[in-house]
Amino acid sequence: MLTLRLYMAQRLTALIMAPLTIGHLAVMIYAVQGGLSVAEILARTQGSLAWFLFYGSFVLAVSVHAAIGIRVILYEWLGVKGVMLAGLSWSLCALLLGLGGRAVWAVTFAGAGA
Amino acid sequence: MIRPHRSHSLWYAFLLHRLSGIGLALFLPIHFYMLALALTDPAQLDGFLAFTDLLIVKCAEFGLVFLLAVHMFGGLRLMALEFLPWSPRQKTYAATAVALAFFISTSFFLQAM
Amino acid sequence: MSGSEQFLDVSIWREQDGDGHFQQFAVPRRDNQTILDVVAWVQQQRDPTLSYRFACRVGMCGSCAMMVNGAPRWTCRTHVQKVAEDNHLQIAPLRNLPVIKDLAVDMDPFFDKWVAADAVFEPSQTRHDPMAPIDPQDPMRVAASEAIECINCAVCYAACDVVAANPDYLGPAALNRSWSLLNDSRDAGQAERLKAVSGEGGCHNCHAQQSCARYCPNELNPTVSISGLKRATAKSVFSWGK
Repeated sequence: MLTLRLYMAQRLTALIMAPLTIGHLAVMIYAVQGGLSVAEILARTQGSLAWFLFYGSFVLAVSVHAAIGIRVILYEWLGVKGVMLAGLSWSLCALLLGLGGRAVWAVTFAGAGA
Repeated sequence: MIRPHRSHSLWYAFLLHRLSGIGLALFLPIHFYMLALALTDPAQLDGFLAFTDLLIVKCAEFGLVFLLAVHMFGGLRLMALEFLPWSPRQKTYAATAVALAFFISTSFFLQAM
Repeated sequence: MSGSEQFLDVSIWREQDGDGHFQQFAVPRRDNQTILDVVAWVQQQRDPTLSYRFACRVGMCGSCAMMVNGAPRWTCRTHVQKVAEDNHLQIAPLRNLPVIKDLAVDMDPFFDKWVAADAVFEPSQTRHDPMAPIDPQDPMRVAASEAIECINCAVCYAACDVVAANPDYLGPAALNRSWSLLNDSRDAGQAERLKAVSGEGGCHNCHAQQSCARYCPNELNPTVSISGLKRATAKSVFSWGK
């Protein structure tokens, strides 16, 4: 099930995400004061290379981490195996990469100047 | 489901880590989809953000922040267990992870009010 | 059978040819009675066809482990007083292993995994070489010493949920033995051993639920050993270039 290769990918992405998660939690606690708005979010993130790299690496790491974690659960709790298991894991990875990448792009560089 | 051989705190710590992971994996696609609305339909996103002012939604957000924090602290506990010299205080660390997660999510909740 | 104070209400798993059920027995309660005493009383006084396995009766041989009220126990050293709930005992064969008959399980899958985990000493010298000096204070020797008192009872294997969910998983006992050998400076098979514990059923599948450590009758901690294997295999990833 979890070979050395998948285990290393799981732990390395976790190590990358630990400081990112702490940063994200801090931003959330700070930003939620007085409610959220699109203008407020975009004012912080738009055109910022730093936020693009921060959330971009977060999305890359979480796509790999979540896909491996869910793969184990699908196998252990639902008995999914073989091609089906590989297909579902890769699909989740692709879904998170696609939606996450689009979200990061939307709040940083897309429509810059708007 | 909780059979006798499982009724000990470190098994519950495992279950909490697994369930919080599932919760986050289910939440993330929605989270990403909503954020992308900032580009495609800002008005709809603003409408949604206004909806998050409701108390019940804030409670749900408290839950999500707790899931994220408890999964991170629980994960750090597991990596410390695997990569640092062994400590016999495993139960204390598991309890500390939950306490820290509760502290952070409560801070978030109080700021959001 | 009146006076429930003096009798234990015991349900024992009976199984033959894959067909199983619990059977009730009223067993006289004695001071300092062990679970094995209860099973032996039923076999000697009520039903001689009851099958179970034991040998030493003093916690050395590792033959008599069973599920008692849902948890794995070495029955010869487990007192009724410690585990009975309202005078009730449920005694079943060890979890995660195929039943041969009644309370006797087939230990083959358990020991096959010891071989699969390369938990077998590979000598680096011959009988003609001088005795290898081992310093008892050496950190490797200390790590090995912490793991060597295993009696192969399979209590940890029965307690482990990863074993239950993943039939390939080598399990706490085999991996614990692998770890003690990895710390044996006389062993010549370390590269193969690291490979053996890194496959589909290897040490990386452990979720650190630590039920193995909770139930090990000799108070070993296989989770410590498995974590050691995780570290050693992870380190080997970064030393491939060397």
